[in-house]
Amino acid sequence: MTNYLKLEFLSLPENQAFARDAVAAFCIPLNPTLSQLSDVKTAVSEAVTNCTVHAYRGKQGIVTVECSVNGDELHITISDEGSGIADVDKAVQPFFTTLPSDERSGMGFTIMQTFMDEFSVHSCEGKGTRVDMVKHFVSEVENA
Amino acid sequence: MTVSGNIFGRALEITLCGELDECSSSHARQICDRLIENNPQISEIIINLAGVKFMDSTGIGFLIGRYKKASRLGIPVLIKNPDFAADKILNLSGIYSLIPKAQ
Repeated sequence: MTNYLKLEFLSLPENQAFARDAVAAFCIPLNPTLSQLSDVKTAVSEAVTNCTVHAYRGKQGIVTVECSVNGDELHITISDEGSGIADVDKAVQPFFTTLPSDERSGMGFTIMQTFMDEFSVHSCEGKGTRVDMVKHFVSEVENA
Repeated sequence: MTVSGNIFGRALEITLCGELDECSSSHARQICDRLIENNPQISEIIINLAGVKFMDSTGIGFLIGRYKKASRLGIPVLIKNPDFAADKILNLSGIYSLIPKAQ
């Protein structure tokens, strides 16, 4: 591990931009392309939004974001101590949402999976959820 | 996030500027819906995303919500000028089959 960051903040919607921008700033030394940076920001935003909207729905709790750099890999862990997910396999299906009346797209986990190179979810009902993601910053030629 | 509306002929162009996420979406939703309700004569809604510098899946839910509202009124919706990041999410979600890109 060559660098490490830990953020803890209240699950307020106004902290989501702070969290994704902080992680984006943290991975700048890995020389990401604009596209890679955008992927990381979006995946972090999805995971942190899940903490606010689902894990701590209607109340406040602590969201923890941990990042570490290992070679050209960025490891991100986003965790909460909220309600947990009853059926993770179902939750990660595209378009699955427990809140269709709230105009939720059900695409959060699909976006995390698609935009990051490695992705996993661990959850325990009543105890919380942890999302682990990895992005490989292999140098790529940016499309003109 | 700022939301503004302009009428061009019978089209209502709604221009969004800023970051479209969980924090901003309910405010944007209220203003958009008011613009749609206050202009019943329109025959097309164009949502201009050129000023949207960040969008996550909350944005997809927001766009589908406006599409459903407009559909109940029989008004088609188009998306204009998404940046490369917004375009990637919109493509992934398949939303262009409901809300095509404006030419």
